[in-house]
Amino acid sequence: MYKVKVFVTLRESVLDPQGNAVKHSLHSMNYNEVSDVRIGKYLELSIEKSERPVEEVVKEMCERLLANVVIEDYRFEIEEAVAQ
Amino acid sequence: MKFAVIVFPGSNCDIDMYHAVKDELGCDVEYVWHDEKSLDGFDGVLLPGGFSYGDYLRSGAIARFSHVMKEVIKAAEAGKPVLGVCNGFQILLEAGLLPGAMRRNESLKFICRPVQLKVENNQTMFSQGYEQDEVITIPVAHGEGNYYCDEVTLASLKENNQIVFTYHDVNPNGSLSNIAGITNKAGNVLGMMPHPERAVDELIGGADGLKLFQSIVKQWRESHVVNA
Repeated sequence: MYKVKVFVTLRESVLDPQGNAVKHSLHSMNYNEVSDVRIGKYLELSIEKSERPVEEVVKEMCERLLANVVIEDYRFEIEEAVAQ
Repeated sequence: MKFAVIVFPGSNCDIDMYHAVKDELGCDVEYVWHDEKSLDGFDGVLLPGGFSYGDYLRSGAIARFSHVMKEVIKAAEAGKPVLGVCNGFQILLEAGLLPGAMRRNESLKFICRPVQLKVENNQTMFSQGYEQDEVITIPVAHGEGNYYCDEVTLASLKENNQIVFTYHDVNPNGSLSNIAGITNKAGNVLGMMPHPERAVDELIGGADGLKLFQSIVKQWRESHVVNA
């Protein structure tokens, strides 16, 4: 069993209107050190071991469904869960 | 000519679409549930607006993998007219039938009001009933209609005259190049954020959308009905 954390964010080249609104709000609270805010999604998957390498399966799922690669980037972390 | 209105869990403009085709256009139309595995017998496909699968993950992302979408892709490849409005447009983008993607509206607000559109290309099967550069009024109702594509794609959309409608004067959502509606390269798949099916009768504020449906039928009759 694997525990997989997937992070999906808008690409650097794509304007993030939500992130901008939050940045302005932070600035209005005098956190002037904030230069950029990007809002994304965080997904946790539990994946059973299969014949295919888990990295390959997760990458494929990201490309096909979890991220829209036209506007989004993704990265993921895989942890092997210890059997009880 | 017979149309299919595809119904996903969360579609909410399906009845308007059905009404536009049945009562205002006067054509045959049937609802087709997203789980169906065939679109045999239909000459055109309409993907209505709404919030398929609650817009979970991304608008259109989950609907794109429903059974009927395989058939919609086949119909598109066979050259049949496929129209996606609002959430239907988002589903066509997710399915890769049209290039690009949708972002949240620049204002972060859901917008719901009539807007003016300019007909950028009246040489498509969806727009031949309009004058070139005609300005028409059609309502929009969306939170994610801020169209985006990369520069190479935009150049190719322009080069192939795939941009059919742009927002005139005021861009309500921040979309790239004021894009409101685009076709695929072959010209038989149209996605647009404004709702032509909500503008088919003067009684409800305007009928500028009706010509779009009439254009589809005219094209179909010219290529299918001999001595009509």
